[in-house]
Amino acid sequence: MRDDVVICRCEDVTYGDIVRAISGGLSTTEEIKRILRCGMGPCQGRTCSRLIARIIASETGATIDDVEFPVVRPPTMPVEIGVMADEHHED
Amino acid sequence: MKTRAECVVIGGGVIGTAIAYYLARAGLTDCVVLESSYLASGATGRCGGGIRQQWSTEANTKLAIESVKAFRGLEEELERDIEFLQGGYLVLAYTDDDVEQFEKNVTLQRGLGLDVETLSPSEITSRVVPHLNTDGVRMATYCADDASANPFLTTQAYADAARRLGVEIELFTPVRRILTEGGRVTGVETSRGTISAPIVVNAAGSHSIPLARTAGVELPIAPYRREILVTEPLERFFHPMIISFSFGIYFRQVKHGAVIGGFGDPDEPPGFNETSSLGFLTTMSRKLAHLMPRLRSVKIVRQWAGLYDITPDAQPILGEVDEVGGFFQANGFSGHGFMIAPKVAMLVAQDVRGETPDLDIERLHPRRFAGGKITQDRSVV
Repeated sequence: MRDDVVICRCEDVTYGDIVRAISGGLSTTEEIKRILRCGMGPCQGRTCSRLIARIIASETGATIDDVEFPVVRPPTMPVEIGVMADEHHED
Repeated sequence: MKTRAECVVIGGGVIGTAIAYYLARAGLTDCVVLESSYLASGATGRCGGGIRQQWSTEANTKLAIESVKAFRGLEEELERDIEFLQGGYLVLAYTDDDVEQFEKNVTLQRGLGLDVETLSPSEITSRVVPHLNTDGVRMATYCADDASANPFLTTQAYADAARRLGVEIELFTPVRRILTEGGRVTGVETSRGTISAPIVVNAAGSHSIPLARTAGVELPIAPYRREILVTEPLERFFHPMIISFSFGIYFRQVKHGAVIGGFGDPDEPPGFNETSSLGFLTTMSRKLAHLMPRLRSVKIVRQWAGLYDITPDAQPILGEVDEVGGFFQANGFSGHGFMIAPKVAMLVAQDVRGETPDLDIERLHPRRFAGGKITQDRSVV
C-alpha cells in the first residue's frame, strides 16, 4: 500500500504514519490512537479501527484475531451539548 | 527482561517515565520501568492536560512554578512536540469563601514570584474570554503563564528519551508484589518473572495503594473516579483553561481545537470505578452551556473516566518510607500529577540517588500523616 493512503479520514492519518508508529515500538490500537489521534474523530474509529488492526497484524506477524480493538466510549454518536444540557436526568 | 537492576520504577505514566529519564540523565541508567498496560494508560492519559501554578499551599505552588520552567524547555530537551502552550488559567470566584481564599492565594503566589492578576467580570470578557457568561461571577484570578500540554505525547517523549539513555521500559508487565527482606526492598515480582533491585519507586497512581500493601506499607490515599469529555474540534476562540472550585468545572480548548473538560462529583464514593456515566454527560453539558452558551451547538464525541489518587492534604507523597529501606513513593498526586511531573520527577531522582533535593520535599514525606499537622490545598477541582 502507498504511504500516503489515508487510513483515518477524521484525523488525516496515513498508512505511512501508522507503519512508522509500529516500527517505533507501538503495538496496539490503543497506543496508536493516543499518539496519532486515529479513532478520536467524529466517527470514533468506526472507519479506521479494523484497518489499523489489519496493519498491526501484517507488520507484527500477529493474526487479526490477536489484535484488540480500542475500547468503545460513549456517547456512541456525537451529540450536541445543548441537547444533553436540556435532558432531564434522574439519578 | 532484566532480572537485576539498580532501580525499578513501577508505573508508565508521566511520573514514572519522567523519574526514569531524570535518573538516567544523572547517570543511573540501569533502571527498568514496569507498566501493567501501555504508556499513560492510567491517570496520566485520562487527565485534562492543564498546567496550573495557582495553588493555595506553598509546596504545590513551588512545584508548579518550577515545573512550568522545565516544561518550557522540554520539547527541545526531549526532542519531541508535546503541544506545550502557555494559554493561561482563569480561575472564577462565585462565593464569599472563594473571594476570601483567592485573596490569600494571590498573596502567597505573588510572594513566590508568580505573575497573577485579579480581574473583574467585565475585565474577564473584555480582556481574556469574550464569550464567557459571567453571571454570578464575583471576580477571577488569571495567570497568563499557566499552560497545558498533551499528556500522551509528554509521557511518550520522556519514555523515548529514557530509552535512548539505556532505560528499559517493559509494557504489559504488571507487578504482583514488592519483595522485601529484613526491612529493605529487594525487588519486585512481575507477571513475567522477578527483578532484583535495591531501589523500587512506586509511581503507580491509585494502584500504588495495593502495591505498597504487599510490602506492609499503608498509604493514606483513596482513589476517586473523575469523569471528563471532549468535543469535536473548533477554530480557536479562547486560550486559557477556565476553572471554578465552587461552580465545579475545568475546561480548555486543546491545540487540535477540541474543547476538553470535566468536574469532580463531591458525592462520588471512593473506589476503582472507571466507567462513564450519563449523569456526568448531562451535568457537564449544562455547566458548559451555561458558562459558554455558544457551545450549545457543538458536538461531544467522547467521554471517559480516570482516578484521582487523593491524600488527606491533596498533596503528593514523595520519599523513602521509614518502614522499608529503598522503597520510594511518588504517588498521591490528588488530580494534579501531570502539571507538576517535571519538577517532582527531578526531586525524586535526586532523592533516589542519595542527593539532597534542590527543593525541600520533607513536608511531602509519607511520615507527615503520622500525627503531624497537615495543610490542605484548597485549590483542587
